[in-house]
Amino acid sequence: MSWEPVIGIEVHVELKTNSKMFCGCRADFGAAPNTNICPVCLALPGALPVPNEQAIEWIVRIGLALNCTIAPESIFHRKNYFYADLPKNYQISQYDQPVCTTGHLDVDLDGETTRVAINRVHQEEDTGKSIHVGGGGRIHSAEATLLDFNRAGVPLVEIVSEPDIHSPAQARAYAQQLRSLVESLGVSDAKLEEGSMRFDANVSIRPTGDEELGAKVEVKNMNSFRSLERALAYEIDRQTEVRESGRRIPQETRHWDEAAGITQSMRSKEGSSDYRYFAEPDLVPIVISEERREEIRATLPELPHERIARYVESGLDPHAASVLVSGEMGLGALFEEAVQNGADPKQVANWLTGETTAYLRKRETTIERTALTAAHLVQMTGMLTEGRLSSSAAKDVLAGVLEGEGSPEDVAAARDLIQMSDTGAIESAVDSVLASNPDALEKLRGGDMKPFGFLVGQVMRATGGKADPKVVNEILRDRAAR
Amino acid sequence: MSEYTLSGARTALRDGSVSARELIDAALDRAAKTEAELHAFLTLDHDGARLAADAADAEFAAGRDAGPLQGIPVAVKDNMVTRGIETTAASQILAGYVPPYDATAVARLKEQNAVIVGKTNMDEFAMGSSTENSAFGSSRNPWHTDRVPGGSSGGSAIAVAAGSAIVGLGSDTGGSIRQPAALCGVVGMKPTYGLVSRYGLIAFASSLDQIGPLTRTVEDSVTALEALAGHDPLDATSYRGDRPDFRTGLDGGVAGLRIGVVRELSGEGFDADVETAFRRTVDLLSEAGAEIVEVSLPSMETSLSAYYLIAPAECSANLARFDGVRYGSRHDGATVEEMMTATRADGFGQEVIRRILLGTYALSAGYYDAFYGQAQKVRTLVIRDFESAYRRVDALVSPTAPTTAFEIGSKTQDPLSMYLSDVCTIPSNLAGDPAISVPVGCDGDGLPIGFQIMAPALGEAVMFRVAHTVEQLVGFEQRPPMLEVWA
Ligand SMILES: [Zn+2]
Repeated sequence: MSWEPVIGIEVHVELKTNSKMFCGCRADFGAAPNTNICPVCLALPGALPVPNEQAIEWIVRIGLALNCTIAPESIFHRKNYFYADLPKNYQISQYDQPVCTTGHLDVDLDGETTRVAINRVHQEEDTGKSIHVGGGGRIHSAEATLLDFNRAGVPLVEIVSEPDIHSPAQARAYAQQLRSLVESLGVSDAKLEEGSMRFDANVSIRPTGDEELGAKVEVKNMNSFRSLERALAYEIDRQTEVRESGRRIPQETRHWDEAAGITQSMRSKEGSSDYRYFAEPDLVPIVISEERREEIRATLPELPHERIARYVESGLDPHAASVLVSGEMGLGALFEEAVQNGADPKQVANWLTGETTAYLRKRETTIERTALTAAHLVQMTGMLTEGRLSSSAAKDVLAGVLEGEGSPEDVAAARDLIQMSDTGAIESAVDSVLASNPDALEKLRGGDMKPFGFLVGQVMRATGGKADPKVVNEILRDRAAR
Repeated sequence: MSEYTLSGARTALRDGSVSARELIDAALDRAAKTEAELHAFLTLDHDGARLAADAADAEFAAGRDAGPLQGIPVAVKDNMVTRGIETTAASQILAGYVPPYDATAVARLKEQNAVIVGKTNMDEFAMGSSTENSAFGSSRNPWHTDRVPGGSSGGSAIAVAAGSAIVGLGSDTGGSIRQPAALCGVVGMKPTYGLVSRYGLIAFASSLDQIGPLTRTVEDSVTALEALAGHDPLDATSYRGDRPDFRTGLDGGVAGLRIGVVRELSGEGFDADVETAFRRTVDLLSEAGAEIVEVSLPSMETSLSAYYLIAPAECSANLARFDGVRYGSRHDGATVEEMMTATRADGFGQEVIRRILLGTYALSAGYYDAFYGQAQKVRTLVIRDFESAYRRVDALVSPTAPTTAFEIGSKTQDPLSMYLSDVCTIPSNLAGDPAISVPVGCDGDGLPIGFQIMAPALGEAVMFRVAHTVEQLVGFEQRPPMLEVWA
């Protein structure tokens, strides 16, 4: 029997508003513990929430970019559960009347586009952070738990897809394209490593062709696109094995263990937990008039799919265009800047989507952490065009630049990779090679081109590989024709 | 001196016949004499109050006047947070808690140079109708110390009745200002929901809670409300429009007004003396030219049960933050969960636990529709009933409470009979409308009886107008008999 995976993804995006969702505290990342706090986000007795208008404008932006219906009136609910880092012991979230419903995102994967339906996009607030001290850092063996409430109350947007995703690769593409979408909207840093974008996946399998959905397993703790893809692949294999052995899959929550490469069942009450949602009486409904909605729509920047189309129009191949827009973060911005400063679009695209992307993956790093700048790309592509750098030397140069060894000029000079384009020097090298190989020259002159390659090789060897092969070819042909 | 009204003290402070310092000294002296018997206060801020009074006097001397509350002793219910002054909401779970900020209502008092006498006793987290549910001991009625003062704002009502404050701040979720005002023979009013900021009011039931004043006269109530009301950007449910005019027509009488008597708020369960005083007052209004019509509001009968689902549901979430993690008392446990459980089990009193459980149950999956959902529908019916009544009448009247002050301990074992104390006051909270209680006489035991006037949202002006007329017509001059002893 063949099995079809059915995947739905919930993405939490932390908005980069100046202040928190319901108070005036700063919402930025990395401050000293418990410095961005106030009576409201600490849930002191008597404190009340006041919604952040910017956050509401931004969730509407996200909703519009995802082709959602924007509710003219939506409300906040209280989601009740006790947890030490949840100050009020309820989270202000949304339940049956979210800001955005029924949208979609078109996902490109290997040249094919599939539509993933969006169930809803809703607004909520983040929790604080628990730090378990002693006992190996696990909650049950910890000697103490420290609490940092800086993140408590930071605005979160949850984007919930329909179970329209059918492979780990497609899930990864969906998540990446969603990230580039919120990034392009300017509403979130969407940094996985800082937790400003997080995802959970609901995975089940069913016999191919069946309509009915299998038992849903929620997989948590995937901290990179790669781990999302790996975790889903593992989970699908695991479920397939269980089903094929004739057992059933219980509905549960599983934790992805990155190091072990497996998902593990959490001692979970998730399936049965009752959050006792009810309308938040401290807040009034969020009202978004048609006018306001259209005003916000008018401020939407160029969206990723529009940008891809523009790149393709300017001559890039669709794959490169989509990698620049939705691949490793920051490539698009470098590309735009380099092209604006006169670099050839196709060349820059090739270097960014090829060598640079491979380097980032291999090092598991991000473009911001490397030394590569747009100016470097302009300089390097210029050197290539001028013939001062061979394509193979350029690979070395780029690696050096990425490693922080300096500009392409610096790296090429230091590594002695500047191509010999001085015709006189190459001519003398060719002539000296021909002088030591008179037979070969005779053959050429007689119309037998067999030794040509051999002679080019000898010249390259004599010049230590720095001669521009094109120039060597030209001079040899010239000598043969004499 | 302790029996000054707000308007009397206001004039006296400005013509130099009394100083703010003399007023606060008199108030603190009265408290010193009565506290052992009445227990109106949880905290008396002797030093802070005297400093504030001296500062107010300095303002007068400098010719600066921040308004009618300048130099006036005000008693604040202990569920409003006060920066630097212990605030417990009469709960063990907050024993020793000193807030780092002021509630907006308190900040407004301070901006207007009022003098805060101290924090008054109440039913724990405002849950109760007798001030017996305080974790720090019951309060007693100044008219008869074997009787309850009503609640939950019992302490503020006592302070005003006994002369240890000229104005009291209370909060009213289901009658917690009006019922103790009635039982203590003072004026207590609950404003339209949203008129007074709830920021810094320790929430019981957010959609029902409203801060309001307890005073000796209706005019003082108007003045106090003017000082408290106004939009607050820190409270998202705060009314955004301009502050309505509460005072216009105060002396205009009731001639030409249509006043509705709520049929459902009388009869079984109402003391005969309460009914008699109520009817007599209605007759006086009629004689004064009001057109009296009987109005039936069928939803009144179910409003009590709706209230006892909605208020506990909201409180079950509002009180979740008291977990021992960040502030308040903490009982140790082997895990965070055990610590929270022990803290809450020991920190909350019986009535609070009862309501949290009730509310948790009402919101639970499988019960939500039958309980909380149904209660919200009843609430909608109450609102509609009032709306349709106010298309026919300008104001509605009823007794404030079915009985006068009952004996301490007589209802503590019977929560349902205690809940019935609020049958007349709860509907206005469900509707978000203003209502006021004015004393109109005493029963055979010499205990005060309150008369309630209800008006549509933002209809404070007509409500005050009727209340002021009642006050003039009735001429209630009695004071707690013990005042002579305490003077
Ligand atoms: Zn804050």
